[in-house]
Amino acid sequence: MAVGSLPSLAYADEVARAGTGSRAWRKLARNPAALIGALILAVVIGGAVTAPWIAPHDPAKQSLIRRFTPPVWAPGGHASYPLGTDQVGRDILSRIIHGARISLMVGVLAVIVSVLVGVTLGLVSGFVGGRVDTVLMTIVDITWSFPQILLALAFVAALGPSLVTVTLVLGLTGWERYARVVRAEVLALREKDFVEAARAMGIGAPRILLRHVLPNTFSSIVVLSTLQIAQAILQEAALSFLGVGSGRTHPTWGQMIALGRDFVSVAWWLPTFPGLAILATVLAINLVGDRLRDALDPRV
Amino acid sequence: MTAFVVRRLVRLVVVVIGVSLVTFAILHASGDPVALIMPEAPEADRVVLRATLGLHDPLPIQFARFVRNAATGNFGNSFFHRTPAFALVIERMPTTLLLTALSMALAMAIALPVGIYGAIRRGGAVDQVATGTVFLGQSMPVFWTGIMLILLFSVQWRMLPVSGWDSWASIVLPTLTLSTFTAPLLLRIVRSSMLDVVKLDYVRTARAKGVSEWLVILRHALKNAALPLVTVTGLQFGLLLGGAVITETVFAVPGVGRLIVGAIRQLDFPVVQAGVFMLAMIVVTVNFVVDLLYVYLNPQIRVR
Repeated sequence: MAVGSLPSLAYADEVARAGTGSRAWRKLARNPAALIGALILAVVIGGAVTAPWIAPHDPAKQSLIRRFTPPVWAPGGHASYPLGTDQVGRDILSRIIHGARISLMVGVLAVIVSVLVGVTLGLVSGFVGGRVDTVLMTIVDITWSFPQILLALAFVAALGPSLVTVTLVLGLTGWERYARVVRAEVLALREKDFVEAARAMGIGAPRILLRHVLPNTFSSIVVLSTLQIAQAILQEAALSFLGVGSGRTHPTWGQMIALGRDFVSVAWWLPTFPGLAILATVLAINLVGDRLRDALDPRV
Repeated sequence: MTAFVVRRLVRLVVVVIGVSLVTFAILHASGDPVALIMPEAPEADRVVLRATLGLHDPLPIQFARFVRNAATGNFGNSFFHRTPAFALVIERMPTTLLLTALSMALAMAIALPVGIYGAIRRGGAVDQVATGTVFLGQSMPVFWTGIMLILLFSVQWRMLPVSGWDSWASIVLPTLTLSTFTAPLLLRIVRSSMLDVVKLDYVRTARAKGVSEWLVILRHALKNAALPLVTVTGLQFGLLLGGAVITETVFAVPGVGRLIVGAIRQLDFPVVQAGVFMLAMIVVTVNFVVDLLYVYLNPQIRVR
């Protein structure tokens, strides 16, 4: 109702948003790098979703006669194992396809946790100010003092490695960027006329924050989130590589690379392909995220 | 200026206490530490150990004791080595710092010229290749880069050792690996700080006066770009140490990172706590120095 009683303002806001939206899309579409990124991403997501149906083999099925089969184009390769097999004869391609599920799921869910914590704290910190702001920003400083991977490593190990712990710990060690960015935006927005107007109409602080301030930080949150998902995927891979990942039950890219490191002199394909999968996925997300930033930032 | 330093010092103390609290929490996140130390011991022995470790006391008292001990470098004995955890960490610290410093130097040697040139000829061939490489570098997991370098230099060409830290040859690959992680980060910072500066009035004025291009870049642009460069690099120091931890694990470099990762696998919490705490202290110190340096170098802020 509050918005309804300010029709002209709301309308102008609506028009402005639609305008930037379609312009952003056009800018994004015109960029070949971003298109390639989007395409790779579509393949990875498609593969992850349909993994049980498109993977040529059961990712856990061992076959001792087929161990260390090289990729199909190398001498000794076998057509039914396109990227070769590992030290117990499991199909690398199938494991990579299944691994995509873990990487994407952990990446996205961890970032959702970070967004929930970071955006809330950033909003409150910037809007309330004063002592609350000092305390919250000190907490941000403290979190920032740890190498994130180390903190995540220690807590995942202490709490016991599992998919849930990895996701939660990565989310809870990666929120401070959101808090910083959202706080800075709120500090600027707080002084804007439309917030002043809302306040003058007697709207309470929580409602102003949620209805008037928060929507204006969305584009920053979206841009930051794409880059953070890329980071979270790299972090998850690092945790798996260091042996405190999502557990032994699912194949993960990091864990495949860790196993491959031990056989690097006999089977180069073991660590190489899962790493390429990480590289392609993270690069694709970064490319899309970077263009998204250019497109949503009116200054560029 | 004095007021600023005092305010920063107070903040430093608060952050250090916060860091201690988080480090303290690592042990307690594991549930019952005694069950980890002696998994097969009878309950009677466990009660004794709990009492010696002071685990019966209320958490605030345990925390106060942890802070007091940490201040004197006492994190308890390693569960595994049975020697003081702090000494184990300190012994390995020079290796980690050397690895970090060497790869920082290498990364700077690449990032400075390329970043400056890219910023001056924005959109040129060098700039485009550099920006592409930055993207690629930031999307590669550092441990994978390390393994690929092993595959190339150690397995294929047999030029360099696969692991270790005992000869100059063995230092090359870890340094190179960590640099591929550090250089893109620095390159991006150098480029953007230079871009911010080269379009400013005083740079144009210097050019208009007829100052040679080299002098304009070095004296007028770089000098002013150095400030954000130092600050942002300092802020990213935690990230760099994180990269060092992973690099050490790939190449079995006997540094703090490998010690911590090993200790985490053995649930050797005193070593984990001492290592995490000391690395965080380095980050805190670097940030503090950078803060002071920033104020010292920037006369605009000095008055505030």
